[in-house]
Amino acid sequence: MGYDPKNPMKDRITDIGPRSYEEFMPPVIKKNFGKWLYHEILEPGVLMHKAESGDEVYTVRVGAARLMSIELIRDALKIADKHCDGCLRWTTRNNIEFMVDNKSKLEPLKADLKANPMFPIGGTGAGVTNIVHTQGWVHCHTPAIDASGIVKSVMDDLFKHFQSMDLPAQVRIALACCLNMCGAVHCSDIAILGFHRKPPFVQHEVISQICELPLAIAACPTGAIKPATVDGKKSVSVNGERCMFCGNCYTMCPAMPLMDAEGDCVVIMMGGKISNRISAPKFSKVVIPALPSNPPRWPEVVAAVRNILETYAKNANKYERIGEWAERIGWERVFEKCNIPFNVKTIDDYTLAYNTLRTTTQFKFS
Amino acid sequence: MAKFKTPLIDELEKGPWPSFVSDIKRQAKTKPELEDLLGQLELSYKDKETHWKHGGIVGVFGYGGGVIGRYSDMPKEFPGIAHFHTVRVNQTGGFYYNTKYLGQLMDMWERRGSGLTNFHGSTGDMVLLGTQTDQLEEIFWELTHDMNTDLGGSGGNLRTPSCCLGMSRCEYACIDSQAICQEMTMAYQDELHRPAFPYKFKIKVSGCPNDCVAAIARSDCAIIGTWKDNIRIDQSTVAAYVNGELKPNAGAHAGRDWGKFDIVKEVINLCPTKCMSWDGKELKINNKECTRCMHCINVMPRALRPGVDKGATLLCGAKAPILEGQRLATVIVPFIKTEGTFEEIKEVINKLLDWWMEHGKNRERIGELIGRMGMREMLKATGLPPVPQMVKEPRSNPYIFWEESDVPGGWTRDLAAFRKKHPL
Repeated sequence: MGYDPKNPMKDRITDIGPRSYEEFMPPVIKKNFGKWLYHEILEPGVLMHKAESGDEVYTVRVGAARLMSIELIRDALKIADKHCDGCLRWTTRNNIEFMVDNKSKLEPLKADLKANPMFPIGGTGAGVTNIVHTQGWVHCHTPAIDASGIVKSVMDDLFKHFQSMDLPAQVRIALACCLNMCGAVHCSDIAILGFHRKPPFVQHEVISQICELPLAIAACPTGAIKPATVDGKKSVSVNGERCMFCGNCYTMCPAMPLMDAEGDCVVIMMGGKISNRISAPKFSKVVIPALPSNPPRWPEVVAAVRNILETYAKNANKYERIGEWAERIGWERVFEKCNIPFNVKTIDDYTLAYNTLRTTTQFKFS
Repeated sequence: MAKFKTPLIDELEKGPWPSFVSDIKRQAKTKPELEDLLGQLELSYKDKETHWKHGGIVGVFGYGGGVIGRYSDMPKEFPGIAHFHTVRVNQTGGFYYNTKYLGQLMDMWERRGSGLTNFHGSTGDMVLLGTQTDQLEEIFWELTHDMNTDLGGSGGNLRTPSCCLGMSRCEYACIDSQAICQEMTMAYQDELHRPAFPYKFKIKVSGCPNDCVAAIARSDCAIIGTWKDNIRIDQSTVAAYVNGELKPNAGAHAGRDWGKFDIVKEVINLCPTKCMSWDGKELKINNKECTRCMHCINVMPRALRPGVDKGATLLCGAKAPILEGQRLATVIVPFIKTEGTFEEIKEVINKLLDWWMEHGKNRERIGELIGRMGMREMLKATGLPPVPQMVKEPRSNPYIFWEESDVPGGWTRDLAAFRKKHPL
């Protein structure tokens, strides 16, 4: 039995799809499916959901680095076996949730979680929850910055907001380690984005052997790459003035690397959101076009995120997300209050630029 | 004794947030290739550059996605991670698991991989990080035969659909997001495993407009639960919030003293359509004017509930900025019923896919195609009726591409007759 490399198609099973969630829901969840009445956050990280039947489910949410070892997951499984009938779930923001069907089971569960510092309880309500992020230097070929290390540094700094609910509204932070934005940071309250600032090298002597040149040329969204002959060999040329450093050419062609320790930097964006609550979903906006990328602790990035968060926390109204606060007071006021110097590079000059320019005499003086 | 000195990343073992470095170091005791991973990561922290090479084409027979090739650019120094491929395993709807299943998966990954994972990847899959080419078929065999599960998507195909936890534990859910997600995943297995699209295509399902799975920002087809009738009000419970017996927003603001709950300031005046009123005794909602933003329901979940005539809004075309700029998904079907096997939704998706596969350029997302060819072409191809819910406002330029069939008498004209009236 098992896979036979000599006969790879024998007994092959394909296209069966994932296991169904129905197999894995705890009994109290299954029983009350679609019949939940309301929920309460009992304390940071602890939720109670009440069903029409009168049943209650108590959930303890813990933070986790998205990058997890099998040993750490086994630690979580042990807790689920001991307290939660062997069931557990993850959230869309990489937190782990443990559920029990009776209040009396809550404290023992919490005690076991508190005994393990890898499972900090929190991440609910008007606070900072887990940062969604990408791979960075741990496992990606195009990053301008690391992901896990910056997330760790920022979350260490904002940890008290993970374990409290003292902000005007929830603050969703996201990190993407390059412009491809696997982490989709384009709609987050605060976004940390890795960015290259030097156009790609062209390795003329090998490019025509290891790359399909037309694909590399076609990959460029600004038409900056043109066919060229260098030393009698077919190659390409890059017009640096038209390069927006997206790395699409590198994705198509490994002979065009653009990462560079000096050039790679961190962009800070703010004011995006996804929820339709009160105001429409909105994009994050660039407020700091470049901060230095300084491992292992990225002090400039940590300070910039804390500054935005604290200025917002001090000034915004209850329920107001960062973007809603910015729109109420005006972006000119945001730069002033956050003490962020306005930079010509924060004025859009890409495809949708005109939508962002001011077309009224209504504005505020600094 | 660690194989490499790692003074830089050791700094990330300090502080209260869970340390991935400490976690990997512990795992490295039984999975020595992770020593090499730590060594290479330390080098990246020193160089401020990644040391991973471009992915090569690796995979399992018959599938074009689900596995991403990854190679170290310093294989001699770090031989344990010379090949360190990613395997995407399709997650469950709402990310529910039991310990038996995950235990099995962890055991498999201890035998056949590095012991490192992402729970979960950005699209939603369980991501297993780090294995070698000769393990891929073995892994696929065990996933399908022993664990009854399958790979997720990667490349120019349907990416693994994902959803919020929906009706399983949320009173706001207007649709069974897990069932819809599971059905879409099963109905489009071929599209998920065999790339035939111009680029990626994502389906995400959120139970309500709070949109916890970020469908409106991140999916080519967003399915978001909503309702058409009246918000259900329990007036005595509204009074309990007003009297301070219940904490607003389920206690989400308990960490700061915001003063006594003020329903006028915190609900009535924040309503985006101003369709609510409070006279000191009764909360009134002019439901016809409500745009279902969820704020009042979020603030008073014990008193207010979505209506009972539930369904979904379909939106299309969200993406991150690469290449032509960021897009949020835009409304294409204001309300669609979500029953049975969701055939109405599939019918729309099928038409979108057909149109995109015919006209989309290489690496052009469907949102960009709509941007290039216009909603007009998309609506013509899908047969979806144009409705005002699709736009924030109508066009402010009159440069309308009229078609010959739109105009009385068509475009064929008699020049001689024209010149008889209007000599040159």
